[in-house]
This record gives sequence, structure tokens and C-alpha cells, in this order.
Amino acid sequence: MPRVTFTANLQRHLDCPSLEVGPGNVDQVLAAVFAQRPVLRSYIVDDQGRLRRHVNVFINSTMIADRNGLSDAVGESDEVFVFQALSGG
Amino acid sequence: MGGFTLVATRKGLFDVGFDGDPQPRCIGFLGDPVSSVLQNEHDGAIYAALNLGHFGAKLHRSDDFGATWQELPVPAYPPAEGEDAPSLKFIWTLARGGPEQPKRLWAGTLPGGLFRSDDRGESWALVESLWNQPSRSEWFGGGYDEPGIHSIIVDDRDRILVGISCGGVWISEDDGANWVLGGKGLAADYMPPDRKDDPRIQDPHCLAVCRDAPDVVWCQHHCGIFRSEDGGRSFVQIKDVAPSAFGFAVAAHPSDPKTAWFVPAVKDECRVPVDGRFVVTRTGDGGASFESFSRGLPQERAYDLVYRHALAVGGDGRSLVMGSTTGALWFSGDAGESWSLLSAHLPPIAQVCFADRP
Repeated sequence: MPRVTFTANLQRHLDCPSLEVGPGNVDQVLAAVFAQRPVLRSYIVDDQGRLRRHVNVFINSTMIADRNGLSDAVGESDEVFVFQALSGG
Repeated sequence: MGGFTLVATRKGLFDVGFDGDPQPRCIGFLGDPVSSVLQNEHDGAIYAALNLGHFGAKLHRSDDFGATWQELPVPAYPPAEGEDAPSLKFIWTLARGGPEQPKRLWAGTLPGGLFRSDDRGESWALVESLWNQPSRSEWFGGGYDEPGIHSIIVDDRDRILVGISCGGVWISEDDGANWVLGGKGLAADYMPPDRKDDPRIQDPHCLAVCRDAPDVVWCQHHCGIFRSEDGGRSFVQIKDVAPSAFGFAVAAHPSDPKTAWFVPAVKDECRVPVDGRFVVTRTGDGGASFESFSRGLPQERAYDLVYRHALAVGGDGRSLVMGSTTGALWFSGDAGESWSLLSAHLPPIAQVCFADRP
């Protein structure tokens, strides 16, 4: 099953250990994550379900291409990483 | 009751005086931008809105004066089509409901939506009656890329007054079901001449209402100081204000409708104190004249700017607290005539407010 792991910077705000969910596309994988941890949703996507501008999602070592529709495919053995862009001061 | 002050900053929420200590104390969210703070006087609960940047706007409530916090849902814009479909950018202001609405909260947000909660922030609904106003297409950003609601005032008659940058002044007399565009008389020098008086595109930096005479509304506008005596429907510009009529903050005396305080800066294009001298101005005659107070404030090479929510007056009409973008926090116990520095080293201050504990 795909494993979803979150940046430590997100874990500063709320407890979000790695989760294993069913395969599908990124939208389906994240929906499964949010079903288990509803509070995570607004940290990762905006009101319209688009990936937040300063959040990055990688499937293994590749950044996803579809930030709005989240249609990139996630395979059975893939690992999904949720990162943040680095900025601010 | 024990009074204390809440200070929302770029890097955390602080209180002052809770335990008699005049030094600010961080009571939550160290390192995170706090965009708005509210104590609901009905039940004492404190609400803190965060703007986490990467991870969006967040909202927390404390029922024990900041000792512990509970995360709440944030207002969310309904699903819509298109790349420009709206999404919450941040909560610019929070307000309590009227006297008969102890669980009611209002949230003013970017990109311009007003939200209402009737369960202490556990759920939110967009006020579609304002969002769907045809003139919203004329609104635009002031200081941010998108328009935003920064002023929400609910008076004891349940009248709601809303200030939008840049979308003017809106009034509801029926709990938000219907809205009237006020702001006649406001003047926008940043617009083409034939749009200058258009009430739909005005930039009221901040609105403040006299608690005991709520038809008197003060407006620190992008282009000067204005005053209304008809609940915000129309305004008269107050001119010849020294050292400047430009600024963001205004505080209205709670019982004297002719008294208000302002914190001037040079002008739109140069947002620093005039001649490096940081002062607070006060009128006691409805704007006919102003006094300028400097005692206790830096009088040379000062660069402090006070944001729209960072000047507050207490219910006694004599206590004021003020915080600046350079992290200085002052208190006045004599109606603004002299000031004491509480801290010079806070993060940039977004908001100050007086609070109480039983």
C-alpha cells in the first residue's frame, strides 16, 4: 500500500504520523488521508481542493505535475511525501 | 475582573498584565503569524487566527485565557469553477455577535468574504447576501492582492457595520440578511476623477464606532480622516489634520462621540512618522481640532507604523494600548496624553486588544 509521509514542519502544528492508504491518484490518496485525519485537509489543500501554493507533493522522487486536479497516479509500492516550500524569515 | 492586554504579532500571541507582570508573555503560537485575536466578552473565550503561510489560515480557541488552545475549523469558501475560484487567504478580523447572540462570531477574510458562526467557531457559513452583491466585481485589493474585510462592528441594536479594502462601507440592519452600501462622502484620490466618489471602491483602512452613540462612525481612510453621524451611510471629511491625516488605526471613545485617536504617518508612499517623530493625535470636538501627543514616544529617527488593529481604547475611555510594526508596545492611562513603553522588542504587531478575566 502507498505510504504517505509529512514534513516535520507540518508536524510542528499537529500530529501527523506516516499513513498507509490505498492506491489511486493523488486526490484519492489524500482523500483517504483526510478521512482518517480531517484536520489535515486545510493544511494541505485550499478551499477548492487544490494543492496549497507553498506545499509540494512528491511521488517517490518526482514532484507531481497536476497541482489542481491531483490526478498523478500513485502505485501500490509508491511513497508519497508532503513537503513545504522554503521561504520566509 | 482582572484586565489584561492581548497582543497579536508576526511571531506569536502575547499577553500583558495577566499576572501583574508588565512584560509581555507569549501565550501561544510562538513563531507563527497571528492575524487576529478576539476575546468574546459574552463568555471570555479567546480566539486567535493564524496565517501560517505554507499551510494556510487557522483558528484556535482558548477557554482558559490562553493556557490551552483548541483548533477550530476555518471559514471555507464554497466550491466554484475556474482557476480563480476563491479560497480563504487569511482571517483579517474577528468580531462577536450582538447582546442576544453569545455564541455568534463574525470573521472578515481575504478575498473579501464575511463568515458567520453560531456555535463559537465550530462551524462557519459564508454570508452570501454580501458576497453576491453585484458591485463586488468592482472591489480590489488594498495592501494585498485581493480585497478583504478588516472591520466588523456589531452594536447593541444588532446593526452590523463592515469595512472592506477596497470595497467601501456596508451596513446591515437585519442580522446580515440584507446590505446597504454606505460611505457616501468618502473620497478616493487614487482613482480616476469620475470614480473618486464611488462608494464601491473606497479604502476605509479602519472603522471605529462610539459604543454609546453608535451612529457616530470614525473612518481612517486611505485618503484621510472621515466621520459619520448616520451610522456610516454618509461621511464628512476632516481636513487640516496635523501632522498628517494618513494612517491606519483609529480608536473611538466609548462614551464621547466627539473624541477619537489616530496615529499618523507621512503619506501613502512613505509610511513612517512625520519627521521621525512618533505621535498620537486626538480630537475632542468631533474633528474640528486635534491635539498631538508625544510624551513617552520616540521623537527622533522613529520608523514605527501602527496597523489598523493595533490601537485600542478601554471601556474607561482613558486607557489605551498601541503596538507598532517595529515591535514596540505602549500603554497610556491618561487618554493618550502620555505613554509608557512596555516592550521595544516584540515581533511586528498586528493587533492589540483589552481583555478581562473573571
